[in-house]
Amino acid sequence: MSSRDVILGRVRRAIADVPRDDTPYEQAVERNYLLEHGTRDVAGTVDLLAENLADYRAIVHRTDDEELPHLIMRLLAGRGTRYVLVPPGLPPEWMSAADPTRVHDRAVSTPHELDRVESVVTGCALAIAETGTLVLDGSPDQGRRRITLIPDHHICVVRVPDQVVSSVPQALERLDPRRPLTWISGPSATSDIELDRVEGVHGPRTLEVVLVSGA
Amino acid sequence: MSGTFVGMPAFPEAAREAVDNPILRGNLRHATHTIRAKRAVAVSELDDWAALREAGKQIKDHTLRHLDHYLVRLEESVTAAGGVVHWAVDADEANRIVVELVRATGESEVVKVKSMATQEIGLNEALEAAGVHAYETDLAELIVQLGKDRPSHILVPAIHRNRGEIRDIFAREMGEWGRPAPEGLTDTPAELAEAARLHLREKFLRAKVGVSGANFMVAETGTLMVVESEGNGRMCLTLPETLISVVGIEKIVPTWRDLEVFLQTLPRSSTAERMNPYTSMWTGTTDEDGPRTFHLVLIDNGRTDTLADEVGRQALRCIRCSACLNVCPVYERAGGHAYGSVYPGPIGAILSPQLRGTAGAVDASLPYASSLCGACYEVCPVAIDIPEVLVHLRERVVEGGPTTREGNRVVLKPAKGHAAERAAMRAARWVFSRPGALGAGQRLASRTRRFHPRSMPGPGRAWSASRDLPRLPAEPFRDWWRRTDGGKETEAK
Ligand code: SF4
Repeated sequence: MSSRDVILGRVRRAIADVPRDDTPYEQAVERNYLLEHGTRDVAGTVDLLAENLADYRAIVHRTDDEELPHLIMRLLAGRGTRYVLVPPGLPPEWMSAADPTRVHDRAVSTPHELDRVESVVTGCALAIAETGTLVLDGSPDQGRRRITLIPDHHICVVRVPDQVVSSVPQALERLDPRRPLTWISGPSATSDIELDRVEGVHGPRTLEVVLVSGA
Repeated sequence: MSGTFVGMPAFPEAAREAVDNPILRGNLRHATHTIRAKRAVAVSELDDWAALREAGKQIKDHTLRHLDHYLVRLEESVTAAGGVVHWAVDADEANRIVVELVRATGESEVVKVKSMATQEIGLNEALEAAGVHAYETDLAELIVQLGKDRPSHILVPAIHRNRGEIRDIFAREMGEWGRPAPEGLTDTPAELAEAARLHLREKFLRAKVGVSGANFMVAETGTLMVVESEGNGRMCLTLPETLISVVGIEKIVPTWRDLEVFLQTLPRSSTAERMNPYTSMWTGTTDEDGPRTFHLVLIDNGRTDTLADEVGRQALRCIRCSACLNVCPVYERAGGHAYGSVYPGPIGAILSPQLRGTAGAVDASLPYASSLCGACYEVCPVAIDIPEVLVHLRERVVEGGPTTREGNRVVLKPAKGHAAERAAMRAARWVFSRPGALGAGQRLASRTRRFHPRSMPGPGRAWSASRDLPRLPAEPFRDWWRRTDGGKETEAK
């Protein structure tokens, strides 16, 4: 007998005392929890996102379409960035004012090559206001998972209010589980040493979030 | 479970040692009290907490009731998404499978994401014996690994170490394993974290094989999920060419939507955050993003035996948040090592004796490593009634009875010559002879009176079978004394 059969056989014997219950799964679990906490208008939801992002030590900026390229330029210049990673599908106008050399993540790039890059600029799939979370799903404006991981500085652009949801249940409903998903809530952090919070162990130590509204 | 902890003294002896170590006690007290207070705040932000907790419990119970169905479903979806599924009956088989998979890549080192399942099976030791170095990449696990030590907490495994000790370990050991610690390393947490960043980065960037566990697996879609804070998880899950995930069969949820419950309850219960900094989800393999080969090793290792126990099976709902450790007055004083297993604290006291059986001295004493105060049940986000299972296991140890070992129904004899009873009573006496432990336990006990068994567990059962135990007073005497200064102050205060 294969181990698979052994385990499945043991499971069936272990639950032999339990009466089979054929309620369809949609009805088997009571879901009387909230799908959203509190009531807010659209602007209030965006404000909550900004507040929760900042509470978890992300640096939050607000701008509009027109000003966005200049803001990105200033943020990169402020860090002295010489090389910046951009995913293949990033709207080119976002970077139109930026000076640093653009580096594209190619399949052949080794992680070592990417390690020489100081900053990365991406879009996102959506952002969750109640938890201050950005979700990336590998779409062309976000690129491969590794590009938002290796550089020490991540600038993430969120279109407000289109890309903002209130809660975790609303986020899952909009996401596609077949894509690789990365949820980011603030910069990398550890509390492993005497519970003192230290920003940045392996992921980016600085997370800047730009909330951009249509002009 | 693996032989990692063979030779451990039973709980009372190990606890005595821990209690005599003032550094350990100080660290533990600080840690548990800090997280405990923060957790209460994080939980109070959600006014539907009770409903989320109930939904989490129901999702997990439903899954366990139909576990065969969901395991097969998961296998189909993972396979359809490009992964390969392996099944392991016990620790040895799981280790053999992983060693084979690593050998097939031709590599001699792997990077690891912190995972309870791989600790449970002793994977690092098995890999080492096969000539493969396994590098722990979680900062706390790195501290434990470099210190040739054992984890003592589910969430913060190096909580028993203070910054000075960590500095010494880094300065002494890092050079042996790779990039040495910088000259003149001080003991500030920021500098220590930076030393770990530099030391591990060279390993991440060249790693070809990653090994992880998973917090959840979705049967419907084949998605696996890992929550973490540092980014080491993301590194291990995306940079290597081959990813091997070793996961207990109980970690399934039926549908994608179910994650909405646990993504709200897990971070708040464990790190007391609205959301942990990073969560990674992957479904099989993705073209040009992340590992090209994905293996899932599903492990039983005592879980089906646990599932066979009508009272004890609820322990399989556990999502390893560690909230129960942080409120436990016994854990706070004894520390994680005293439990002699990778699962410390209240959950360890009920899970380890079920996964491993109660034949050994450690496992026979674990159900007594508790004051039954009920605080662990109150904080548990999936409502595991830990005190109920503890009482049930005490009976099992003392009176014997039917149980399942390696898939077979067996009838345990009552422990010979009352050896277990003596071990048990020693553990119970240890708990009750500590004024501090007892005080904390009692205060919580009176607040949780309704959870208390009405009859005496274990040895006292015969006596109490025909009597009700006296109910606990609403307020312990010593609290009343302190509050009223021995009755001098007014009661109303
Ligand atoms: S038993 Fe409950 S509180 Fe303890 S670790 Fe498991 S889920 Fe968390």
